[in-house]
Amino acid sequence: MSASPSTTAPPAAKGAGARPAPGDRGAAKRRSPISRRGERLVGYTFMTPWIIGSIVFTVGPMLWSLYLSFTDYHLILGGEFIGLDNYTAMFADPMFARAVKVTLVYVLLAVPLKLVASLLVAMLLTQSRRGIGFYRAAFYMPSLIAMSVGIAIVWKALFSTGGPQDQFMSWFGWDGGGFIGNPDVSIIMLVLLSVWTFGAPMVIFMAGLLQVPGELYEAAEVDGAGKWHRFVHITIPMLSPVIFFNVLMETVHAFQLFGPAFIIGGTAGGPAWSTLFYTVRIYALAFVDLRMGYASAWAWMLVLAVGVVTLIMFRAAKNLVYYAGEDNK
Amino acid sequence: MSLDTATAPRVIARRRRTPAERVKSAVWHLALLAVLVVVLYPAFWVLTATIKPNADIITDISPIPTSFTWDHFASAFDGMAGVPLWRFFWNSFVIAALSVVGILASCSITAYALGRLEFPGRKAMFAVVIATLLLPGQVMLIPQYLIFSEMDVVNTIFPLVIGKFLGLDAFFVFMYVQFLRGIPRELDQAATIDGAGHFRIFFSIMLPLLRPAIVTSSIFTFIWSWNDFMGPLIYLHDINKFPLPRLLQSYNNTEAVSNYGGMMAMTLLSLVPVVLFFLVFQKFLIKGIATSGVKG
Repeated sequence: MSASPSTTAPPAAKGAGARPAPGDRGAAKRRSPISRRGERLVGYTFMTPWIIGSIVFTVGPMLWSLYLSFTDYHLILGGEFIGLDNYTAMFADPMFARAVKVTLVYVLLAVPLKLVASLLVAMLLTQSRRGIGFYRAAFYMPSLIAMSVGIAIVWKALFSTGGPQDQFMSWFGWDGGGFIGNPDVSIIMLVLLSVWTFGAPMVIFMAGLLQVPGELYEAAEVDGAGKWHRFVHITIPMLSPVIFFNVLMETVHAFQLFGPAFIIGGTAGGPAWSTLFYTVRIYALAFVDLRMGYASAWAWMLVLAVGVVTLIMFRAAKNLVYYAGEDNK
Repeated sequence: MSLDTATAPRVIARRRRTPAERVKSAVWHLALLAVLVVVLYPAFWVLTATIKPNADIITDISPIPTSFTWDHFASAFDGMAGVPLWRFFWNSFVIAALSVVGILASCSITAYALGRLEFPGRKAMFAVVIATLLLPGQVMLIPQYLIFSEMDVVNTIFPLVIGKFLGLDAFFVFMYVQFLRGIPRELDQAATIDGAGHFRIFFSIMLPLLRPAIVTSSIFTFIWSWNDFMGPLIYLHDINKFPLPRLLQSYNNTEAVSNYGGMMAMTLLSLVPVVLFFLVFQKFLIKGIATSGVKG
């Protein structure tokens, strides 16, 4: 909202908008009922693909999967209504505990590390010096390729025993081999893959940092506030809407990591289930074991979890996020 | 908002730099160069892994090769199971191109209705768009699969692109809506007075003004569908129809052990279009993500 239309509204808009239009002022109010009806007609016409698509491919499937989650539907054997059995079975399923643990550890490590890295580098990059465009582009590039199968394969190689990571760490006395064969640390590969993509939130942080009025820093400097004080009392509050946006989006996405986890750990989340991400398990249940009812219950559990986390974040944001120009108290 | 920091308001007029400033500037560059080395290491490692002999690839921590071979590219071009590599490139390209066209056509009209027209139910529909933005897609996966197999389109690209033609990609609908709302209202009003209907307004005023959003969404759609793995994993089972991610995954499962270099060469080649796209359009991309992000 604070982003001015200068980037969004092309010059043509300004030119045409400034054209004197005598009847302009009351045009909206004096619109005849016919044009209102026309607006409705056009509105529904334009919405038709979306409405059909939503019913057939999103809203409908959501309700259907909710129903499936109360059945023991199997793609070949069929199934029937079993009430809450899937949900109770889930809590007794050792795979559920494993998948939840792996996913939570990943979210709790990857999201904060990635965002701290992106904020630090963004702050470095908003000082005006030469070469910023180059650094920004170079740091952003991993974000575009990190989720590809190709990079997951490269990652496997980098973290294999005898590979670059193993050699590098042996210089510091590590003898645990490559991360990929070691269930204690294999998750770190995926965390690092996520941190590697710090460029995407960094670009958003940079845009936010440039919106902080310079006068605030100047005034604080005059008042004798040190660097740390300025960071805590100006940068963080002024940036809090952007921080909130990044935390929310990164968390929601982290819960749903699939591609790299699938390539690195396979459907079994190897080694020893240490990369058994929640979504990988859903895939294995639904498309390998064909237990689609049970898998639907897992999927709905994910929706609930992400929904609760999102709600908590929005609640917390009410107190923590500062919107300039609004009275927060 | 200017993203180009070189013109940021905080720049002080150029003057001779003091020694202290020079040191500061050097420290700044050193810090960023350190980050740069870490970020680019995997990229350089894979770049040179493609020309190292198989025995050296894994065990080389240094990206600088000690001996060379071009064999890996030859075996990469051979593809897999008798299907040449260009075929997988073509399959990827068809999916990506259809996705771009679909997003362009559907998101612009959906967003125009949601962002600039008034009709009963508009708010509820927009709420559904926002909700799907945060909703984990896995929850729809199974019924969608059942629907597509009922329609007998499994093992075609139909399931991978149909959502894009129906405006179901909430992220881009939302982006277009935000963009359209930034266009002054007076514009439609003036056009209405001149006798233009909504179709005219949409095609001759809104579409041309939407160009920056269209460019950004097209680039992102291309890259994302180029990388997409889950869709092809679920829906495509015939190797002749595989896009690159599916090829890489199968190759990695079966032949990578014996031909590591071929795998690396294939990986590198599969990333080339994305990186090229990025280099050509990086200004657009970064501006797009910054504005849609901040505005969200």
